[in-house]
Amino acid sequence: MIKLTLPLSKQTVEGLHAGDSVLISGTILTARDCAHKRIFDLMKNNAPLPFELKDAVIYYAGPCPAKPDMASGSCGPTTSARMDSFAPKLFDGGLGAVIGKGEMSDEVRQALKRNRAVYFAAIGGAGALYADCIKSSVCIAFPDLLSEGVYKLEVKNFPAVVAFDCHGGSIY
Amino acid sequence: MRKINTEHLEQKIYEMALRAGVNLTPACAEAMNNAYAKESGQACAFALKTLIDNSKIAKSRQMPVCQDTGMAVVIAEIGQEVFLEGKPFAEAINDGVRRAYKDGYFRKSVCDPITRVNTGDNTPAVIHTEITAGDKIKLTFLPKGFGSENMSRLYMLKPAQGVEGITDAIVQTVSLAGSRPCPPVYVGVGIGGSFDTCAYLAKKAITRDVGTFNDREDVAEIERMALKRINELKIGCQGFHGDTTALGVSCEWAPTHIAGLPVAVNIQCHCVRCEKEII
Repeated sequence: MIKLTLPLSKQTVEGLHAGDSVLISGTILTARDCAHKRIFDLMKNNAPLPFELKDAVIYYAGPCPAKPDMASGSCGPTTSARMDSFAPKLFDGGLGAVIGKGEMSDEVRQALKRNRAVYFAAIGGAGALYADCIKSSVCIAFPDLLSEGVYKLEVKNFPAVVAFDCHGGSIY
Repeated sequence: MRKINTEHLEQKIYEMALRAGVNLTPACAEAMNNAYAKESGQACAFALKTLIDNSKIAKSRQMPVCQDTGMAVVIAEIGQEVFLEGKPFAEAINDGVRRAYKDGYFRKSVCDPITRVNTGDNTPAVIHTEITAGDKIKLTFLPKGFGSENMSRLYMLKPAQGVEGITDAIVQTVSLAGSRPCPPVYVGVGIGGSFDTCAYLAKKAITRDVGTFNDREDVAEIERMALKRINELKIGCQGFHGDTTALGVSCEWAPTHIAGLPVAVNIQCHCVRCEKEII
């Protein structure tokens, strides 16, 4: 198990290889289908984004509401392939990593190589276990989208596997 | 004739939804344990272990086992001697779903297909009814996640393609889905009927316990053959390449037209949640 603290340096990213098991700690941002569409609309209009893209880590997820005694509700990954058309442009804009589940396109793989970035696979279906890794959760954009809004999460020892590394390697 | 007030139905749906969102079916939990015990792929074994731990955490904290608490699929098999009184049937079901998804801290995942605006309470439920003999109502509650639903397919085969064509369609659907639907999957298959009934049969097949086989021996043989071929794909848990790509294949059938052979393949992820009750 490789322990990673965010943000990731390019040197750290270069040391990661497809299949490596990691535990991630730091700040990540949730965004899925609708949030990506809105982010792209903002970019198209040259409007400011609700968060700094450079070195950010996007988690493809839409959590359940939190119970009163927890920071987050169940919060496992969603299928990354639905974000295939959005990811390359975000990596070219400085995005450091994404976390999701399942295979992504070759275009995404090329974007990771080009930008020395990484795609982590979380374990799909482990929503309750991931909620345990989330220490705080704040909605920072698009609250009208409910679970599809952008949530800033502080995570500790969040288990994942390197799915696509920055050398072109893939676990799939 | 037996009178049943739909408020009773609403309360049953409420309780079933709350249980379903949190718990795997015992048959699914057993299948996951078996998959873990025999897994030879290291990454897949790690993923299976994580998922088994996850289901225990969900149970102990009474929180959703997966954040995709699904569209609420309800199958009501209503005895023809039942007289429903009280608020309209669909309203009662939806009221039960609405309350459960709020009180259970479940995700609200239902939206307008064009505007994508969320309905905010996970309604409407997908409601199927069948009129049966007797004076009871058999309720099935299936929270259906869409990571897997998205990977489902419907084939209109030629009659000449026969059993081989059916098996190929099942295996091809799982192969094309690859790592995306959260394997190991549970594969529901509808064989025959028409375009619409075939898809319903596939959904209904998922409500059968993992590990069981169709009563008809030739249909059970298709289930066994398809499962064997699917696991030879070696997609494995999460697509990390391992021994268990599917926990099971469940087929339901109906007579079809002489010109056709519809086959619907409905994919369910490893998180099989299904509650059944008889009123």
